[in-house]
Amino acid sequence: MIVRVDPFSALRTLNRRRFLTGTGAMLSAGTVALLAGRPALAANYGKKQTDMSEDVRILNTALGAELEAIAAYGVGAASGLLQKPVLDLAVQFQGQHKEHADVLASTVKKLGGKPVEAKSHYDFPTDKLKTQNDVLSFAAGLEKGAVSAYLGAVPLFQDRDLAKAAASILGDEAMHWAVLRQALGDNPVPTAFVA
Amino acid sequence: MKAIAAIALAALFAAPAGAATTTGDPARGKEIYDRCLACHALAYNRTGPKHCGLFGRRAGSVPDFEYSPAMAHSKIVWNAKTLDRFLTNPTRMVPGTAMGYAGIPDPQERADLIAWLRQAGSSEECRR
Repeated sequence: MIVRVDPFSALRTLNRRRFLTGTGAMLSAGTVALLAGRPALAANYGKKQTDMSEDVRILNTALGAELEAIAAYGVGAASGLLQKPVLDLAVQFQGQHKEHADVLASTVKKLGGKPVEAKSHYDFPTDKLKTQNDVLSFAAGLEKGAVSAYLGAVPLFQDRDLAKAAASILGDEAMHWAVLRQALGDNPVPTAFVA
Repeated sequence: MKAIAAIALAALFAAPAGAATTTGDPARGKEIYDRCLACHALAYNRTGPKHCGLFGRRAGSVPDFEYSPAMAHSKIVWNAKTLDRFLTNPTRMVPGTAMGYAGIPDPQERADLIAWLRQAGSSEECRR
């Protein structure tokens, strides 16, 4: 049995935690520190406030890439080049990217940010997509890139719950990449580590 | 004493001994570029800006691409040295950049990637 998980479940209380340790508390603590004649401490609290905006920025970049992936799978699914069961796989992966995008957008909102929206137009190398394998290779490249992107983002999050949630998405992208490689006839797991 | 301080400061702010001084292999760099493909492409803008025309370009100057204010105002001109610094730790070099990526710590990998980006700039895909 596959148990569905919400990697961002730990963040359901984010607003409350943020109030306790984030912006709200920071401002009052910063004020207290200033009143107590400790501007260095106040500055430190201000820095922490900035750090949260960095997390929002990382989430928004990830959201932008997820929205593009959704569009890319849409192009692949509508191309007429994918045959079942590969077509079903593409639609399933697109659905999972939608789940990623939804949870990223809601988290950005929770943190007080404005989620990026899908572009009205995306450029894809459609002139190079002539066969099912072309589409699969293109998708595999995007998924491999997504693994690397999340891997590069995880250590930057100030909030460890966000890092954990991003790592959860990374795992899903890595499975997509492996399955697409398998469908292409390539070694699905070519290395012990990803970069 | 002043001389010691000057040397210490020079060491502190010196560019990392990385791609700017290491010979890169573009073939290996092409493989490393795969890590960028969630957000970048050579010939068209995606979540990140296109890379054709990168060398000699002022950061934040690709038309029709919406940059972070930090990148738009960075005054960086992309060359092997600035790319090496940026790729080492993007958010350290440009705090506030939308490129939320920890960087490439290996100087040889950065050199390879930069060598490939330079080579790709004169590829047919970029000449179109």
